[in-house]
Amino acid sequence: MEKLTSSLKNMLLSLALISTVVAGLLAFVYVLTKEPIEQAAKQKQENAIREVTPDFNNNPAEEQFEIEISNGDKLAVFPARQDGKPVGIAVETNTQKGFSGEIKIMVGFDMNGMIKNYSVLKHAETPGLGSKMQEWFSDESKPNQNVINRKWNASMKVKKDGGEIDAITAATISSRAFMDALNRAYEVYLKVKETNSETAE
Amino acid sequence: MSKNLKALTNGILKENPVFVLLLGMCPTLGTTSSAINGFGMGIATAFVLVCSNLGISLLKNFIPDKVRIPAFIVIIASFVTVVEMLMQAYTPPLYESLGLFIPLIVVNCILLARAESFASKNSPFVSALDGLGMGAGFTLALTILGSVREFLGTGKIFDFTIYPENYGLLTFVLAPGAFIVLGFLIVTVNRLKTAKN
Repeated sequence: MEKLTSSLKNMLLSLALISTVVAGLLAFVYVLTKEPIEQAAKQKQENAIREVTPDFNNNPAEEQFEIEISNGDKLAVFPARQDGKPVGIAVETNTQKGFSGEIKIMVGFDMNGMIKNYSVLKHAETPGLGSKMQEWFSDESKPNQNVINRKWNASMKVKKDGGEIDAITAATISSRAFMDALNRAYEVYLKVKETNSETAE
Repeated sequence: MSKNLKALTNGILKENPVFVLLLGMCPTLGTTSSAINGFGMGIATAFVLVCSNLGISLLKNFIPDKVRIPAFIVIIASFVTVVEMLMQAYTPPLYESLGLFIPLIVVNCILLARAESFASKNSPFVSALDGLGMGAGFTLALTILGSVREFLGTGKIFDFTIYPENYGLLTFVLAPGAFIVLGFLIVTVNRLKTAKN
């Protein structure tokens, strides 16, 4: 086939046809991958909830609701139940105070308000410094930096802010952001507890 | 046959996109903080290269000269979007660690360079081979770069611990390390090439 000349008609025709075919291809792949992408996101969320809450056998993702905290943000709450009895909640919390960008953490509380576990879902902190937060604050052999099963009081802050928690070495900003996210999650926990006791009465 | 073989091997060493042509530096420096990230980025780019080279070569007579660049970009961008959706669906962890760099494959100049200088002048089969060779060379370069950075920075290669992480030099995982390691690798490749001649 001869190469098409660059006349207006040819150029329009060629670009329009290429764009149409490409659009068809993209639509096809979109339909093909829609289901797996949703599945993957759901799976990830469910794994995170399972990791941070006590054992449960309901479907927390279906029962999720939102709680508004003091500065107007809304955080998602996933109630975990074992045979219909509440055993804890998972709170998807976030903070904008990180060293670079948003940090998202799934925090699990048991019914006594202790942190059962947490899972960092998303962060862009410096590799090797701030990125250590997943391991740093859950190291049960180091009580000064561990937040798991710690009694919650006003000292849930890094030491530089007058709290009790050792910040990650050379990553105070990331540590502060982490504690901020945790405090936001705890606020949600308190509100959930309040609503629950009201409905119980 | 020799022409086909040459098209295939050309990109791996003689015209390696990273070490010799110095094209596509943005993903090269940005995504190689670990071996697996570099490898994943390389494979994604290689896939787009093969598909876009093949597509452009098939359509080369249908595309008038004056609109060839927009036509190439539309074809490349669509394959990048395909890769993005496939990775999001089937390799979510890799998709998350590469993040914005996947859509940025569109602006990786190695793709447009091969489309313009090779695929639009050669037959579909040879063009696909060229894409494969270039993709392999890119993947190889990124994997080596990622491995060296991961090894020096965290003491691991492909997450396999070689020495304790605490002794690693964090700089190599961060941006400056990318430049330093890339510089030394280019020196090494040039040295090897001149020694061979």
